[in-house]
Amino acid sequence: MPSALHSDSLHFDLLALSPLILLAAAAIVVMLAAAFYRHPRPVMMLTLAGLVLSVASLFLPQGRASPQVTALLILDHYALFFIGLIVVATFVVTVLCYRYFGGDESRHEALYILLLLAALGGGVLVASSHFASFLLGLEILSISLFALIAYPRFTEHPLEAGIKYLILAGFSSGLLLFGMALVYAQLGTMQFVKIGTMLAAPDGALELYGLAGLALIVTGVGFKLALVPFHMWTPDVYEGAPAPITAFIATVSKGAMLALLLRYFLMAGAYQSQSITLALSLIAVATILVGNLLALLQDNIKRILAYSSIAQLGYLLVGFLAFDRLAIEAVAYFLTAYFVTMLGAFGVVTVLSDGFNDGSGGEFHGAAERDSDRLADYAGLFWHRPWLAGVFTAMLLSLAGIPLTMGFIGKFYILTAGVEASLWIPVIALVVGSIIALFYYLRIITVMYAPGLEATREAIMLRVVSPSFAESATLAALALLLIWLGIFPAQLIGVLEGAGVDLT
Amino acid sequence: MILAALIFILVAGGLLSWIADRWHPGAAKWLALATVGIEFVLAIWLWLQSASAMALPAHGRWLAETRAEWIPRFGVSFHLAMDGISLILVVLTAFLGIVSVACSWTEIQKRTGFFYFNLLWTVAGAIGVFLALDLFLFFFFWELMLVPMYFLIGIWGHENRQYASIKFFIFAQGSGMFMLVAILALVFLHYRSTGVLTFDYFELLNTTMSPSTELWIMLGFFIAFAVKTPIVPFHIWLPDAHTEAPTAGSVILAGVLLKTGAYGLLRFIVPLFPEAATYFAPVAMVLGATGVLYGAFLAFAQTDFKRLVAYTSVSHLGFAVLGIFAWNPWSLGGAVMQMIAHGISTGALFVIAGILQERTHTRDMRRFEGLWSVMPRLAAMGLFFAIAALGLPGMGNFVGEFLVLMGLSSTSSVLAAVATVVFVASVVYALALVQKTFHGENTHGWQLRDLSGREMATLYSMAAITLWLGLYPQPVLNAAPNTANSLPSIAVTRHEINVE
Repeated sequence: MPSALHSDSLHFDLLALSPLILLAAAAIVVMLAAAFYRHPRPVMMLTLAGLVLSVASLFLPQGRASPQVTALLILDHYALFFIGLIVVATFVVTVLCYRYFGGDESRHEALYILLLLAALGGGVLVASSHFASFLLGLEILSISLFALIAYPRFTEHPLEAGIKYLILAGFSSGLLLFGMALVYAQLGTMQFVKIGTMLAAPDGALELYGLAGLALIVTGVGFKLALVPFHMWTPDVYEGAPAPITAFIATVSKGAMLALLLRYFLMAGAYQSQSITLALSLIAVATILVGNLLALLQDNIKRILAYSSIAQLGYLLVGFLAFDRLAIEAVAYFLTAYFVTMLGAFGVVTVLSDGFNDGSGGEFHGAAERDSDRLADYAGLFWHRPWLAGVFTAMLLSLAGIPLTMGFIGKFYILTAGVEASLWIPVIALVVGSIIALFYYLRIITVMYAPGLEATREAIMLRVVSPSFAESATLAALALLLIWLGIFPAQLIGVLEGAGVDLT
Repeated sequence: MILAALIFILVAGGLLSWIADRWHPGAAKWLALATVGIEFVLAIWLWLQSASAMALPAHGRWLAETRAEWIPRFGVSFHLAMDGISLILVVLTAFLGIVSVACSWTEIQKRTGFFYFNLLWTVAGAIGVFLALDLFLFFFFWELMLVPMYFLIGIWGHENRQYASIKFFIFAQGSGMFMLVAILALVFLHYRSTGVLTFDYFELLNTTMSPSTELWIMLGFFIAFAVKTPIVPFHIWLPDAHTEAPTAGSVILAGVLLKTGAYGLLRFIVPLFPEAATYFAPVAMVLGATGVLYGAFLAFAQTDFKRLVAYTSVSHLGFAVLGIFAWNPWSLGGAVMQMIAHGISTGALFVIAGILQERTHTRDMRRFEGLWSVMPRLAAMGLFFAIAALGLPGMGNFVGEFLVLMGLSSTSSVLAAVATVVFVASVVYALALVQKTFHGENTHGWQLRDLSGREMATLYSMAAITLWLGLYPQPVLNAAPNTANSLPSIAVTRHEINVE
């Protein structure tokens, strides 16, 4: 091969990879900056700049025929869309973290490096087309995540949550690796596309090895996604982790994983296996019902949202199981809605919490050792913090799938995909699940709008922290986006139609 | 354009009154009144434009239509259209909007801005439901009106408001989800047979489907409408919601929201699923007749003024269900008449209950007695609307019930005979209501202010409409669906004749 052409293709490869490269570079720049100039504000600004650059690079002209970059990564529209989603979500989390972790007075620069790395991991995941990159992305994401969860390292709850997540992450990675090994043992390749073509061949079908491998992969991913038999860790980790980090786990970590799973199923032809799709539909039904039922029993907002996010992933699986163009769009739209909603909901929790402060001795002190996450903390919120309560109400109504919000269009999309593929049992489970879900969403809303309660109001007033301008602006933007895309979804749908093209 | 304006005026008015209240307390109710006033004037203007004052255009004769692309991916368009039945329901809704603003004038003291915002948005949602001819848009409005109504009950309601509001929301939203699945199933059936993905009412009208599929899809729609209307086993949310809601909430619930259910049966169930509806009609009619009697008997057993009125709604709307499923010219005219007359008379009874509650702080009829001597004007109005509710000739309800029974007797004389029994039961509850509340000695020593000018204006105008409906019902009857071409393929043919 002539060297000019070679360097040309290398140039294009680097160009295609620029969103991920920029994320990695930003992590390094931020690390160096933090090493020489330990002030959180500039470090945070650098982080945000890195994220913005990475999003901007998504729009660079691709100039290549095939989106495949080496055997490991594929940067098609699908991947680019999800990288964009992940990076924007990271941006929001970064903004939310600043005041929460003490603003300029505290030394929390390392947090931003971890956030950037986690975003990089998520980006690699959604772009991976090979088991190796899959595992690499997953590990970058998980390792950053448990450091993030336990970041306030002198406080009990986050530490406990961090350890739980560590054990879980190790365990599920083990399962995943074993599953990959078994699939490799049967087929002798780790590339999704090659697996797909082998299985599409006339006599190609998964034998026992491959099937067991696929089952193990689904299990490992199931742990990460908190699907039902594998969901036990979720409420504890969500409750223990600092609120903005919880938002990150709920969105970026789960979203990247689901996007990857959908790509794997479509590219590697895993959906042709009857037993696996049957198992997945059972998992979907169980996830919806169990998630919603257990949420009814909770008194802690973060735990309610944790179970609610379990149920939302169950809804997503209903659309997922349709395995066609519509399914990709439905999953992508619903995930976008879910990102906006979860970021908004945990954003409100963040804004209402004191957060953790790095005192003089490098120890993190939470004024209350916990977030404002009890239901009682929200009593009468609407009457003294109307905007905040309004945003939270919008987020909860979106989770419940009420019109004027993205959640409604998302649920509509999912139902459309489900009905189109005649998945009647999961669709009915979705309907029943969303009826059950109304109980706990309305419970929070009712508490927020409860009038009177002078006694509780005083108790809350002590805990009230005023949100920074950046936080308010972020929440307002999320709420506006939620409503705008809930009323005029056509543009986003246009983008998603493009994203689905490459996969099918 | 005018149709979209009907909705957006209310939406904008709601937002304005919320904002205005923050700057200038007390401005909200004036803004709200102005908004519903404009709405009412517009609705009346539309009526006069299309027909004379003494007549209404027929069902299926489209007066106005608006269509705009909304979500092309799914073939969803912003498609509104108005025919006689929509028009009369829009006029009713706008009128009850004025009534509900008027009856909240002094009742609502706290957070008035947010109150009127919710009230106007509920009304906007209901108007949207009456005008939407795109199934997605219809569902959108159908769900949209629930949230503000939930807040109306949950924030400004009475003692047990939280329970009642959550129950209301879950019933309405849950049943709506089944309708959404049914809508999607219908749309994809249509898509598979024609290759066109659309939610448009006219396009979906003649979808071919196998009888069992048709029945299942129809049941999905039916459950949502049955909860709203309400049809008997699905009515259990209604007594709580009506009783606990503030007066304006009860008026809108009984006068408007229940009508959306009956309207759905009329506009969607029968035209979209003619075969299944015919097949299912006996069941629906039995449920309707059960509702007529059951509501009346339960009403008699109540001691709470509002709860009694709430159960009479179950009874009265049972007639509407009977009329719709009997599907002949008399019964349909009767059903539409019943919907309108019930909206006015029950609304007025709730206004009276609200006035009593505002002054006595109770709704327990055992604690009222002999109020006639204290507030004769209110008591006279109470008597008037009670006998309107029991179906005295000369008032709107009588026309409705009589026509439904007449139409029904040609379809099923047994059911008609059973439903006729209600004329005894309704006399019992209505007169018991009057007797317990207004007659007798004033043993509790009530000293109450009689009606104010605002309250008199409200109630007298409602009484006048009830009499007008009873004495000259023809305009409303004209608006009822025409059954000339046996089954409702008429909606399409009419559309083609009049709009193209």
